[in-house]
Amino acid sequence: MSKLPELIFNVSRPGKTGISVRLNQFPDDLIRIDKSKLREGIEDFPSLSEVETVRHFSNLSRLNHSVDNGFYPLGSCTMKYNPKVNEKIAGIEDLSAHPYSPVDLVQGNLKIIKELEDRLIELTGMDSFTLTPSAGAHGEFTGMMIIRKYLASQGNPRKIVLIPDSAHGTNPASAHFAGYEVKEIPSNEDGIIDLEELKKHLDEDVAALMMTNPNTLGIFEKNIVKISEALHQNGSLLYMDGANMNAFLGIVRPGDIGADVIHLNLHKTFSTPHGGGGPGSGPIGVCKELTKFLPVPTISSDGSRLSVNYFTKDGIGRIKNFYGNFLVMVRALAYLMTLGKENINRVAEDAVLNANYIRKELEEYLDLPYKSKTLHEVVFSDSGLNVKTLDIAKRLLDYNIHPFTIYFPLIIHGAMMIEPTETESKETLDNFISVMKTILKEAEENPEYLKNSPYNTPVSRLDEVHAARKLKLRWEKSEEN
Amino acid sequence: MRYFPLTDNDREEMKKVIGINDIRELFSDIPEDKSYFPLDNIPSMLHEDELIDKFENYGKENEFSKYKSFLGGGAYNHFIPEAVKSLSMKADFLTPYTPYQPEVSQGSLQAMFEYQTMMSMLTGLPVSNSSLYDGGTAAAEGVLLMARKSRKKKILAASNIHPEYLEIINSYIQNLDIIIEQVEFDESSGKINVEDLKSKLADDIGGFIFQSPNFFGVVEESSLISDLTSDSGIIATQIVTEAFSLPFLSSPGSNGIDIVVGEAQSFGLPLAYGGPFLGFISAKKEFVRQMPGRLVGETVDSNGNRGYVLTLSTREQHIKREKATSNICTNQAWCALRASIYLTLLGEKGLKDISRSNHLNTAYFAKEISKMDHVEIRFKEDFFNEVVLDLKDMNVDKFINKMKENGILPGIPLEWFLKDFKNHILVNITELHRKDDIDSFITAIGELK
Repeated sequence: MSKLPELIFNVSRPGKTGISVRLNQFPDDLIRIDKSKLREGIEDFPSLSEVETVRHFSNLSRLNHSVDNGFYPLGSCTMKYNPKVNEKIAGIEDLSAHPYSPVDLVQGNLKIIKELEDRLIELTGMDSFTLTPSAGAHGEFTGMMIIRKYLASQGNPRKIVLIPDSAHGTNPASAHFAGYEVKEIPSNEDGIIDLEELKKHLDEDVAALMMTNPNTLGIFEKNIVKISEALHQNGSLLYMDGANMNAFLGIVRPGDIGADVIHLNLHKTFSTPHGGGGPGSGPIGVCKELTKFLPVPTISSDGSRLSVNYFTKDGIGRIKNFYGNFLVMVRALAYLMTLGKENINRVAEDAVLNANYIRKELEEYLDLPYKSKTLHEVVFSDSGLNVKTLDIAKRLLDYNIHPFTIYFPLIIHGAMMIEPTETESKETLDNFISVMKTILKEAEENPEYLKNSPYNTPVSRLDEVHAARKLKLRWEKSEEN
Repeated sequence: MRYFPLTDNDREEMKKVIGINDIRELFSDIPEDKSYFPLDNIPSMLHEDELIDKFENYGKENEFSKYKSFLGGGAYNHFIPEAVKSLSMKADFLTPYTPYQPEVSQGSLQAMFEYQTMMSMLTGLPVSNSSLYDGGTAAAEGVLLMARKSRKKKILAASNIHPEYLEIINSYIQNLDIIIEQVEFDESSGKINVEDLKSKLADDIGGFIFQSPNFFGVVEESSLISDLTSDSGIIATQIVTEAFSLPFLSSPGSNGIDIVVGEAQSFGLPLAYGGPFLGFISAKKEFVRQMPGRLVGETVDSNGNRGYVLTLSTREQHIKREKATSNICTNQAWCALRASIYLTLLGEKGLKDISRSNHLNTAYFAKEISKMDHVEIRFKEDFFNEVVLDLKDMNVDKFINKMKENGILPGIPLEWFLKDFKNHILVNITELHRKDDIDSFITAIGELK
């Protein structure tokens, strides 16, 4: 028997509605569209009352695991606590202007954008920022277009972008949509980019290296300064994917260690809620030579007043409507203001301390393929176990712990990528460690039990192959009760 | 600091377990001369009460809320019921990640499945994805989808698409082997010039993208357009920037359109100074394996019970890397959830009533303007909830200032985007404009004679 609420389409009854808004009473003979263009009904569209709608979505919400109800060490996603006050602030109605409001009526909003840009510049050592990209991948795409435009202005946009084998899939996809071929380079035995190996790939076709730092193994790319120098000598640029910026926010600035372009994820490092898959925000920071290639709009100040530039001569153009995900920026700025200089580097310190604590407590139970220093996340493998990573992950669900990221990065067999973040207590970590030990014991004693887990969730293990083969992407009337 | 649960004691104990004396040892891979950079330029922390004051003051520095706004152009002010706000703010919707572990994400996944279904019903097309960033990037994804599917590099685009959308499309394709050719619009109707379209429908064209209601607010001849494109074997994509037109107008699917992309901010999202909004894409079945973005599908669990998962991920970047249909990962899931709640709450009746009211309010405004001779409605027929007000000899800045004196933001000066449209204002009227508001606006315009 399914524990999911019935689909709204099956409980709908004609005539119901959950909205009441006063409408002007104008006669239908005012209608100025030809009748042939008008719609009769909306076939099968649901009709529910307010209370039924409220129950439906309340019941649905309880089927989710979230940061607010339990530990969520999903590696690479930085599932830190999303402060409540930031939601209140994002709800201030006087911030919710129409995007085409005259600029003299939205000076407060422009100040917020400018203030966030300034803080990100200070924290990253980059020359300038655009906050318009909607998410990390959108930022990558924007950043790679900036690189291409810059290189073209130097006479040759070049052809190839180098990407380590440990990179997120968005990196090669973004480089591709910016018009580049992707060449994968192997990580060395320390789990980082090998300087000498990299140099072998550098020729006049190489536009840039996309490097995630710390990389997806949670390891700092300690040759970054030399790598950057080698790239620059070759006329190539260094793109730093800042998805893992939580590892060294307030500790080191990417601009000081050779990055030419970086992106940040406001929905990771800067505490804005992930919303079940967005909205995010993926600001791009660039070095001085690249500033003029930023997308529009840009904001400028004449000292007392802020204004918006909708056109720039050299920029890559517009990549998103209006100003970007403004209310995500509002939350991120509120977070940074709350931290202030007193607390900013505690973020990384506690995040890294927590990850190292987990590493230390679990490394005698799980295979740790790369022994380099761990920053914000630690990645184990399932080598030597008699169950798979997937089985451990599914069993964790029974203990109200969201699993770590699984099977990524691809260079680790059965990767378990654990990122606790700084907003977890020692008690939470100790509980996780003890649950992991229990599960590993269960794996030894009764592997079948794990393979059929989870048991305490609203649904049992779901058949993803069935979903793809018998594609069903919407409700259809025929199956109504 | 309330966001850091570790105590100093905890930190000491943990350092001991790890085997370090100083936290800085954990960062020893970072070049020493670059680490622990000075933080002097970062302002001091704010307490919670100070923080709220700070942002309320930013709000007070904004003066837009003193005016009755008639601004539209891709961002629309509609009524949002409290139930939408309250339900969408539930932490279990707001604070999870993308549903990679479906067994503990059925709430988000079922809501997305319901959202996909309702968007499919509204567009009249069988497949809808679970969100894109916004209308402009959705339009760009529509162009890429047409080029991929047709394997042709030339795409036609109507020149009366929202100019920002055209800018985004052009940015997206600047490094790809895709060429955009523009199709003219008719100066008297504001609609696509059908003769120009016909003359450009050649064998090497992969698709045609147009907007309806278009940037001027005018509903296009979608059926005629799709007849022409399908006769030529060309894919037709319709952009919808005002989703509230969908319940009022015959659906794109019923008009024979292949793909619909657009902006669904109107379904329960505040103006938010332009974001976060909600991009959407719907299409015929044959496009499903080429679609960008997340798709939620129904399946069964190991006990045979109904459940939902993200599906067809072999299209996506984490599997296909540089060969993916899009680089999109994090998208606008929570915005789609809000739309799902909003659409459920309104139901068929709410959507029909409110969309009709949008049109009637706008038609009333147009009718009253037609009684004046110092201004006129530029495109008089087939508008939905936006019209172009031609100020004739009046200077647009002067007009806007006069209206501001009356507490009115009259609309968007088209000259911002289109040089040939001097002294034209794009006016939007929704269900939130009372008859009194519209009358005050009309009176203020009348007084300028």
